[in-house]
Amino acid sequence: MDLNLDAPHSMGTTIIGVTYNGGVILGADSRTSTGMYVANRASDKITQLTDNVYVCRSGSAADSQVVSDYVRYFLHQHTIQLGQPATVKVSANLIRMLAYNNKNMLQTGLIVGGWDKYEGGKIYGIPLGGTVVEQPFAIGGSGSSYLYGFFDQAWKENMTKEEAEQLVVKAVSLAIARDGASGGVVRTVIINSEGVTRNFYPGDKLQLWHEELEPQNSLLDILNAAGPEPMAM
Amino acid sequence: MTFTIPIENGNEVKNAEADSQRTLYPYVTGTSVVAIKYKDGILMASDMGGSYGSTLRYKNIERMKAIGKHSLLGASGEISDFQEILRYLDELVLNDNMWDDGNSLGPKEVHNYLTRVMYNRRNKFNPLWNTLVLGGVKNGEKYLGMVSMIGVSFEDNHVATGFGNHLARPILRDEWREDLSFEDGVKLLEKCMRVLLYRDRSAINKLQIAKMTEEGVTVSEPYSLKTFWEFSAFTNPTVGAEGSW
Repeated sequence: MDLNLDAPHSMGTTIIGVTYNGGVILGADSRTSTGMYVANRASDKITQLTDNVYVCRSGSAADSQVVSDYVRYFLHQHTIQLGQPATVKVSANLIRMLAYNNKNMLQTGLIVGGWDKYEGGKIYGIPLGGTVVEQPFAIGGSGSSYLYGFFDQAWKENMTKEEAEQLVVKAVSLAIARDGASGGVVRTVIINSEGVTRNFYPGDKLQLWHEELEPQNSLLDILNAAGPEPMAM
Repeated sequence: MTFTIPIENGNEVKNAEADSQRTLYPYVTGTSVVAIKYKDGILMASDMGGSYGSTLRYKNIERMKAIGKHSLLGASGEISDFQEILRYLDELVLNDNMWDDGNSLGPKEVHNYLTRVMYNRRNKFNPLWNTLVLGGVKNGEKYLGMVSMIGVSFEDNHVATGFGNHLARPILRDEWREDLSFEDGVKLLEKCMRVLLYRDRSAINKLQIAKMTEEGVTVSEPYSLKTFWEFSAFTNPTVGAEGSW
């Protein structure tokens, strides 16, 4: 089996951005792969651009990192010149500028989410090609294929912060269950008028899905717990 | 979307297009736009879908926009290129207003500008991957034209893009008349959009109809069309021939 360890680092990924009645929740898995090998099992795909704007990265790890770096740099200068925090819309448009003008070279899909005092919580999806789409929620990455139906059914407007975060965690967890390119832990970032909160959900904190079993320390524990003749039919 | 090319040491490397002067491929695309001239001006219809390959990914994209006071632009094809074209037109309209001379860009001028942009990009092998429909009314004169990504440009009484060319235009050739009322025009466009909904895989059931008259542009709220499935041949396809399809 060819592991192809020289393949470029790519974040197969599942990324999600969701608005709720006070701000936004961004969520992502944590797997970065090089071909079939998991190069980083605990990556942080939710990257800060400013105090109030974050971006979920998917696709080529290198491309998404360099785009985020440029936009963070531009936004930093923009904030100084403006004299107040940059808006989510400006952040999205700066990413669009790079994504569109370099569409031949870049392979990264991004979800920008944040909170500003003019528009409140906003999510912008920026897929391959550099289209910008403002959405009440956005999903991206290879794992998102498994979530279109889920969100069609489960999404509602004006959720509470707790409902929205539960939805994001559940969705990333479902995608991880079926997408080989997504895995690891679920990270979330909540952004609202009060500030930013990062959360971390390791595999054992998540619900079990179809044909998944409760993790054990060892077979020996099962054998010992089951009584004196566990192997007898 | 990316393709492998072998390099000297024999290892294959995945490499995206490094040279920007090459024909691209579309990612997020819009499907047909259909437009007709009617008694008071122009009617244009398009759905609100943005497809990502075969996935119907975005369902709230507005593919028709007002340009200045006298024109309406509808686009099919790559949405990011359409967004870029809107930026170019913003600048065009801004400069036109800055002259402050009482004149304003009419649909003929906008159509001509777009034709030049699209054709010149085509010549550089770096097209904007769109087919554009430009309609408008200025000083009582109705105008309806189309520009494709290779720079083909013309005017007509009714135009359509993509699948619309094959499915909608035959209907329009049969049923379009010079003095269509607003109601008849809308019904005619809805007839076309319904056929497209049945037969175009990238169509979604959420559309807008835009109206352009001397008074200005109105784009309707998004709405859905009813569809009919109760033909006996549909409900009982194999009656009289069990085992067939």
